[in-house]
Amino acid sequence: MSIAASLLLTLPEIILSVSAIALMLVAAFAGDSATRFVNGAAVAALFAAFLSLGAEGVAFDGLYSADAFSDFAKPLIYLAAGVSILLSTRFFAAEDKLRAEYSVLILLATVGMGMMVSATNLLTLYVGLELQSLAAYVLASFMRKDQRSAEAGLKYFVLGALASGILLYGISLLYGFSGTTDYHGVATALADGVGMGELFGIVFVLSGLSFKIAAVPFHMWTPDVYEGAPTPVTAYFGSAPKVAAVALLVRVTIEAMGSAVTSWQQILIFTSLASIILGAVGAIGQTNIKRLLAYSSINNVGFVLVGLAAGTEAGVSATMTYMVIYVLMTLGSFACVLQMRAADGRHVEDIASLAGLSRRQPALAAAIAIFMFSLAGIPPLLGFWAKFVVFDAAVAAGLMPLAVIGIAASTIGAFYYLKIVKIMYFDEPAEAYHPVGSYVESGVIALTALAVSPLGYLAIPMLSAASAVAAKALF
Amino acid sequence: MSFPILSTMILLPVVAAFLTIFLSANAARWAALGTTLALFVLGIVLWQAYDIGGPQWQFVEQAPIFGQRFSWALGIDGIALMLIVLSVFLMPICILASWESIQKRVPEYMAAFLMMEAFMIGVFAAQDMFLFYIFFEAGLIPMYLIIGIWGGADRIKASYKFFLYTLIGSLVMLVAMLWMAREAGTSDIPTLLQYNFPVEAQTWLWFAFFASFAVKMPMWPVHTWLPDAHVQAPTAGSVILAGVLLKMGGYGFIRFSLPMFPEASAALVWVVFGMSMVAVVYTSLVALVQSDMKKLIAYSSVAHMAFVTIGLFAFNRQGIEGALIVMLAHGLVSGALFLCVGVIYDRLHTREIARYGGLANNMPYYALFFLFFTMASVGLPGLANFVGEFLALVGAYEANSWVAAVATLGIILGAAYMLWLYRRVAFGTAAGEDTASMKDITAREWLTLAPIAAATLWMGVYPESFMAPMRNDVTAILARIEPVAPHGDAKLKMGDPKKLAKAHEAAHGEAH
Repeated sequence: MSIAASLLLTLPEIILSVSAIALMLVAAFAGDSATRFVNGAAVAALFAAFLSLGAEGVAFDGLYSADAFSDFAKPLIYLAAGVSILLSTRFFAAEDKLRAEYSVLILLATVGMGMMVSATNLLTLYVGLELQSLAAYVLASFMRKDQRSAEAGLKYFVLGALASGILLYGISLLYGFSGTTDYHGVATALADGVGMGELFGIVFVLSGLSFKIAAVPFHMWTPDVYEGAPTPVTAYFGSAPKVAAVALLVRVTIEAMGSAVTSWQQILIFTSLASIILGAVGAIGQTNIKRLLAYSSINNVGFVLVGLAAGTEAGVSATMTYMVIYVLMTLGSFACVLQMRAADGRHVEDIASLAGLSRRQPALAAAIAIFMFSLAGIPPLLGFWAKFVVFDAAVAAGLMPLAVIGIAASTIGAFYYLKIVKIMYFDEPAEAYHPVGSYVESGVIALTALAVSPLGYLAIPMLSAASAVAAKALF
Repeated sequence: MSFPILSTMILLPVVAAFLTIFLSANAARWAALGTTLALFVLGIVLWQAYDIGGPQWQFVEQAPIFGQRFSWALGIDGIALMLIVLSVFLMPICILASWESIQKRVPEYMAAFLMMEAFMIGVFAAQDMFLFYIFFEAGLIPMYLIIGIWGGADRIKASYKFFLYTLIGSLVMLVAMLWMAREAGTSDIPTLLQYNFPVEAQTWLWFAFFASFAVKMPMWPVHTWLPDAHVQAPTAGSVILAGVLLKMGGYGFIRFSLPMFPEASAALVWVVFGMSMVAVVYTSLVALVQSDMKKLIAYSSVAHMAFVTIGLFAFNRQGIEGALIVMLAHGLVSGALFLCVGVIYDRLHTREIARYGGLANNMPYYALFFLFFTMASVGLPGLANFVGEFLALVGAYEANSWVAAVATLGIILGAAYMLWLYRRVAFGTAAGEDTASMKDITAREWLTLAPIAAATLWMGVYPESFMAPMRNDVTAILARIEPVAPHGDAKLKMGDPKKLAKAHEAAHGEAH
């Protein structure tokens, strides 16, 4: 394949890289006053990258693959990245000051995420992952003067570097024992029995990736980073990188390790159950809404892994469906968190400040209630459908104990989601919030709430069809 | 395709609920009343149009709008029809009962009730297993809000308990449903009703469904959420809880457990009988010592629901028909009893039995209604409960005479605690000046109690009106379960006269 054809296949990444560089120059020369323009241009670049999707094929001699799977994950990543740019403007204007680098960093991270999703070689995987992570470390400590933000960035960096090391070590083992870094080559090598070295490689790769998706036992950074990072950044952490990392994990497990399902299935089953239970139990005592949502994301990753642990086409399709619905719920919830501002205009994160919200701001309370019930997986909200498909896949694959324990543990999760609803609806009103009046935030909340409401069920045929096509591309 | 009446009955309250939120308190009341009355009319139309002896599933609607895993499939048989009629009959009464007692956040309250109604109708009308599950679970949300926002002092604990208790039971059922849909290749309930699941799997499936329905029913020992929920819920919430939500458990048994897993049901009859026998005696004794009126009636509900489970698992026609009538009758009578409690609670703001007394003097009409429903609850012949309890006991006697004997004990205890409650509330002397000066029931309260009294009497005198639509469905269920019915200990064995005569003749012949 010619270089030109390969470049054409990576057009979305090229568009994003070029825009990131161009916008960085704008930022450097025009300064922070150009932030609004840079943000708008970044969103436009994401949209252009979305439009350029669709070409399918393998680029650069098997380093990169544009297929139905990446075409499914990338729009979701672009959407999440775009929304976190849109949500940032008002927040930074109010809290700190507008900085033009923000959307440039997001764009660079998005390039990395695109590489992660499309990688078919362990080294492309690593490069993509690092590009995304480096941008993320900076984003976590984006509010330089805020101590918590700086701490979050440092913590994320140190632990992230450790995880990258573990991952890289696993890759080197896989390379050493199979002689290739190509997914299909690794799969061929694993097909004739998994040796001790290869098994260690698999375990280390999965450990490194578990860190990136914040699955137990590599979840410790999540609550601190979620709490410390500026809220729009947390919204971003909870959505786009999670999609990319999950998609990456799916592709590695299915394409590179698909011939050795039994050697990773039990790891995923353990991680999944541990995440579900720890995420649920950990959230119960939280008083900070962002920490609570961090535990909720750990809990949700557990459910995502239920689908992947099935190791089947239906399981992959379920996993991707789950991610779509999860991203909608996460973006919506964080947009609601952004609306929580004390009378002096500062953002508050205390759950107690939500008390009696249903009487102060009924629409906002209703939206949060929808997200909470949906995250808890209570029908008729769309969150139920997400859980339905993953457990359906697990049951079809014969993983009955996983399904029963996982689903029973979701009752624990329901408890703390209900607590939020209780605080908003049953308690006496607390001090009123400062009105926000941002059309962007209200719009995001309204659209995502509508999408996870029962009306979202009408989109199920479309969603199932698309995720089935995406899953098929991997098998 | 004919007019989609079931979809209309589900979607109309949803739309109305959404619009009600934006109205003022008074407008919301009238809007809710109008909607529930319209649904009641639709329910009557449904009953009239239902063709008794016609196809098993009527008013069938099928719209594959949710992809391949499940569809918007609706349709009712006679059992579902009667439960839908019960729901739409109780709803306007609930709205009327909340007319004055609910003063805060009225539009949201009315919206929650309308949503509740939509979900209830959905549960009974769903013909797809997963659609059933969605409606079954969705009902938790409005009820959680109703108890939590408009409930009594200890409402938060009660609302949590209600939600989590019922949720955990249902989730296990969901896993079983997923397995069944894989095994049978469909989630269509009529098809599943004819599918023979492997006997080894049935036990697991049966227990998974049992986990959900036993909690919902509720059966001893998983009934503990009910007294809390009843005591804390506002009056109308209790009426819906006792009147309709508890019936979902019984409906689940008759729709899923019995016909889909007949072998497992037969093998595990002792579990149901054991739990029901304990429930009848134990909860009746507990009811006897309550000092809170609502709690007393809540415990009596558990005891009455045990008759339903005993009747259903008797595996014969009398038992099942009796259980169905008990479900309908209990829906009316316990609902009415909660309304009676609500009437005096609105006046004195306490449910403490000791604070009342002598109400027959200053509230004669109230005392009359209360007596009527007390008698109905006790099982006075001529009123609704008698018919059902009698049939259920006849059925139980055929299945197991011990069960019947213990259940009868429950009826005696039931008479004891209800009559004693009535004596303490209505007779004797008033506990205080404020009790003695309470006014008799108003026109609005007449409107809530009189229709239920009329229906109770109707069901007691001429149960055939209610039984006729359900008879063929009971036959269909019996066709599934009778081949495996456990052998009863009390069935009289028919002798063979011809054989005896021959033996006699032979004996005579030898003598000659």
